[in-house]
Amino acid sequence: MLELRNVKSYYGNIQALKGIDIRVSEGEIITLIGANGAGKSTTLMSVCGVVPPRSGEILFMGEPIHGMSPNQIVSLGISQVPEGRRIFPYLTVMENLDMGAFLRNDRVSIREDIDYIFELFPILAERRNQAGGTLSGGEQQMLAISRALMARPRLLLMDEPSLGLAPLVVKRIFEIIRKINEENNTTIFLVEQNANQALKVAHRGYVMETGRVTMSDTADNLLTNEGIRKAYLGM
Amino acid sequence: MEYFLELFLGGLTRGSIYALIALGYTMVYGIIELINFAHGEIYMIGAFTALIVSGVLTLLGWNALAIIVIASIVAVIYSAAYGYTIEKIAYKPLRNAPRLSALISAIGMSLFLQNYVLLAQTSDFLPFPELIPEFGFLEPYSNFIRSSELVIFAVTAAVMLGLTFLIKFTRIGKAMRATAQDKMMASLVGIDVNRVISVTFIVGSATAAIGGVLIASHIGQLNYYIGFIAGIKAFVAAVLGGIGSIPGAVLGSLVLGWTESFFTGYVSSDYEDVFAFLFLVLILIFRPAGILGRSETEKV
Ligand SMILES: Nc1ncnc2c1ncn2[C@@H]1O[C@H](COP(=O)(O)OP(=O)(O)OP(=O)(O)O)[C@@H](O)[C@H]1O
Ligand SMILES: [Mg+2]
Repeated sequence: MLELRNVKSYYGNIQALKGIDIRVSEGEIITLIGANGAGKSTTLMSVCGVVPPRSGEILFMGEPIHGMSPNQIVSLGISQVPEGRRIFPYLTVMENLDMGAFLRNDRVSIREDIDYIFELFPILAERRNQAGGTLSGGEQQMLAISRALMARPRLLLMDEPSLGLAPLVVKRIFEIIRKINEENNTTIFLVEQNANQALKVAHRGYVMETGRVTMSDTADNLLTNEGIRKAYLGM
Repeated sequence: MEYFLELFLGGLTRGSIYALIALGYTMVYGIIELINFAHGEIYMIGAFTALIVSGVLTLLGWNALAIIVIASIVAVIYSAAYGYTIEKIAYKPLRNAPRLSALISAIGMSLFLQNYVLLAQTSDFLPFPELIPEFGFLEPYSNFIRSSELVIFAVTAAVMLGLTFLIKFTRIGKAMRATAQDKMMASLVGIDVNRVISVTFIVGSATAAIGGVLIASHIGQLNYYIGFIAGIKAFVAAVLGGIGSIPGAVLGSLVLGWTESFFTGYVSSDYEDVFAFLFLVLILIFRPAGILGRSETEKV
């Protein structure tokens, strides 16, 4: 479904991605783990067209998307829950959800999706008229995920959705990730520092170090891999 | 009391015109954090366009109402086209450059447009036809209100209401608010940020052009320099109200209009312009973010 071929991306003169190859198949949850500064967020931003790759190819459903603008890429069915949540602070919860559905105009099914989201995260229903910036970190993360879902993406990119959240909320977020994948058959590309949880929910995983993919395997194999356990699972 | 009322209405007139210009400053700043110094020139170009169109239509023998309506529409379209083009050629290429580069480009644009109109027209004041007829029902009050003032209030109020509706309820308005708050995230939900920026310039230019036409027919004359002074004052008003805030721009404009009017009426008319800036400095000492501005720390 998504394929990155030898993708190289830069910030000015700084090369952040040094030739990345990643494949994601339809219906999969794949996770990308790696230390701070490895280039995980840059990989997602390259897919979304925010940091367009300087060379290499990105294919979605077999079509090249590198070189398209971010809004075009969203319209193909790729949504992102970005690092740091990036809730629109002065828009209400409802308006934030509405923005997620910006490219849709099917009023009725948007309404249904909002009901579905309020079932998923009842707290958001309670806060519906509150400004996004006034929500707690965990609530903002739920809203960020919900906003991305409002686009009805075929591919959902998530950048460290568990960062800074209490263990119970983290657990809930990972449950939701699995649920979204199973119920809607949404393909998920999950970037995580929380390698243990991520590998438990994912089918396959990639490991990144300083701009390169250094390992890829099934999630189960990575979980039991000696090197991974030492470096990323703290065991 | 009558004198007070006259000054009050005079201030409201000025304030309305400042508001029509200040909206463009504040909307553009809200979206791309740029002070569009060429914005005053857009207002001036709007007034000149109306002058030319009304001249032609008068020669053709059209009636006053048709002339002002058509002249205003042409002025709005022409100024909007200028605003759109300025953004594309002078600001867009510098979007990722240091902020100072875009600012200098804006000042350059402003000087270029002033001199362009100066060369194409003349440096003298040109008479602007009195397009707004005197309303009979205002006759008894003619000491302190003119019909052009009434038109200015009404049009400004209508523009403000229209704009509020646009921003609150329409799709493009929501896109504008989202873009102002977080450009990258806006693009990640599928908003075409470049288009939002273009629309912002178009809307801001259109309201400034309306202001230009109204003031020119109220005062009855114009030259290439009117955009500079009015532009700076409207900018002061926008900063006063809190740059980036639309209600702030309106409030700041009214406050500035009234202050100027009462100051010149009761104190002295010699230092009118100086006073505007003195006022700006004072307000900013006590409220650096402006009257309705959000302080930076509040930004997420
Ligand atoms: N806007 C930027 N300008 C310049 N360099 C950047 C920018 N964003 C990221 N980088 C650099 O690119 C490299 C990769 O960063 P990236 O954010 O992709 O890492 P990451 O794997 O997501 O890290 P983290 O786990 O801390 O989020 C880093 O060396 C970083 O310093
Ligand atoms: Mg990151």
